[in-house]
Amino acid sequence: MKRLLLIILLLVSSHANALVTDQLMMVRSSQSFPETMATLQEAIAQQGYKLSRVQRVDIGLTRSGYQTDKYRIVFFGKTDEVHQLTKQHPDLVPYLPLKIAIFAEGDETLLITANPLAFAKMYPQKDLQRMFQRWYKDVKHILEVVQNAE
Amino acid sequence: MARIISQILLLCFAMVSTAMGETGEQLYLDNCSICHGNEGQGGVGIPLALSSFLNQAPDEYIQRTIRYGRPGRVMPAFTHLDDKQIKLISQFVASWRKGPSPVWDETPIKGNPQKGEALYKQYCISCHHAKGQGGQGTGLKFSRPKELPISAPGIGNNGFLHSATDQMIKQVAMHGRKGTPMPSAIRDLGLKESQVDDIVSYLRSLQKPLKSTQQKLDEEPPVLVYDSDYSLKETVANLERAAVGMNFRLIRNQALDYGFVEAEKESTHEEIVFFCNFNFLYEALKLDPRIGMFLPCRITAVERNGKVQVMSINPKRLSHFFNNSELDQACEQMHDTYTSIMEDATL
Repeated sequence: MKRLLLIILLLVSSHANALVTDQLMMVRSSQSFPETMATLQEAIAQQGYKLSRVQRVDIGLTRSGYQTDKYRIVFFGKTDEVHQLTKQHPDLVPYLPLKIAIFAEGDETLLITANPLAFAKMYPQKDLQRMFQRWYKDVKHILEVVQNAE
Repeated sequence: MARIISQILLLCFAMVSTAMGETGEQLYLDNCSICHGNEGQGGVGIPLALSSFLNQAPDEYIQRTIRYGRPGRVMPAFTHLDDKQIKLISQFVASWRKGPSPVWDETPIKGNPQKGEALYKQYCISCHHAKGQGGQGTGLKFSRPKELPISAPGIGNNGFLHSATDQMIKQVAMHGRKGTPMPSAIRDLGLKESQVDDIVSYLRSLQKPLKSTQQKLDEEPPVLVYDSDYSLKETVANLERAAVGMNFRLIRNQALDYGFVEAEKESTHEEIVFFCNFNFLYEALKLDPRIGMFLPCRITAVERNGKVQVMSINPKRLSHFFNNSELDQACEQMHDTYTSIMEDATL
């Protein structure tokens, strides 16, 4: 039954606004980078997650002499969940917390993240499947909020 | 059970309803615009609203391209779209064309592939690379100089060869592609039509049967893990030293729950070491600007009941996410680097 629900989620995703493949979720925002970043952070909070850190990839590159447009990584999660997963599934640690890459492309902004349902294949433990499905639903909603913001 | 089935039926109904009302524009925006831009101006993907491209590419070519993708060249095969949806997308893309779809004869060209290979190596290889694997990098805005309007296509790519007819390839070679670096083989390079036929036959000889794009994901573990005989503190110091020894710059160390709890309440049982080689990062971003999910480079030291382990993502497992063979090579390199650092730190 869980497998069936997974398949349905994947099928439904093909009709959603965000481009969702089995492995990746991507959206394009017509807003500028700063506006999109603000919308993303707000959407993450509204979905019940806490933003833990923003990695400024572009700053590091620029300081090292490379030309680049804005490129950041936004880390987020739920405190209890991060603690619980760290204890019960330490092999998930390298993938924690969740993250979304956000980068400028001219006047527009692109966002990309791993499809949490792809984790379901990598970590087949039964107790994790429901969580991956929730992550998928939440991340998809966050990305769609960003995409639809004006 | 009945409740679940009714929910499934409702979902299916919603899907069918959505599918019935969908337009080519909406399907394009949902599936293509993220890479090709809302108006086909290009981005991570090549520009589609280029008149010289649209005037040479029949609708069938666009449809087959969506169906087969470009294995190893970022463009995925859109296997979840049905023929009707693909046709709607191609019609929408074709709406940017001023005039009807070009029609090329489907008859195969019978040139001399051996002569064609020699000509290819003389005239085409500098842009399209060996065996037509195509120019490096993706898109326009991030990974390549902006003055270049289009990356040299992978004309030996199996997805391309299954999408383009001989006559289409010949027409592009004969006339070039205005607004791109592609010259006319006749006018600019001085080749004869029979020589163009030879080149087309050479490219066609590179075509292989279409295979399932099933990835070998399951062969690689999701994480790389090593046991350490040292304490957590010693292991972290070892990781830092090993990363620096591999020409990485240390960025920062932090607790796994950094940012989630107050500093004094952070867990002391996990510590993340972030590091970066900015030259490698820059080159990787040129190959594919979507690699944020790998960033920044990190290895986590974890202590449980006095036992310490170091662990990282497995780049070889994640590289399959991107359908980018150039990135696959970089990920193999990164896999070996992570392995070396962790082996060094835990020796």
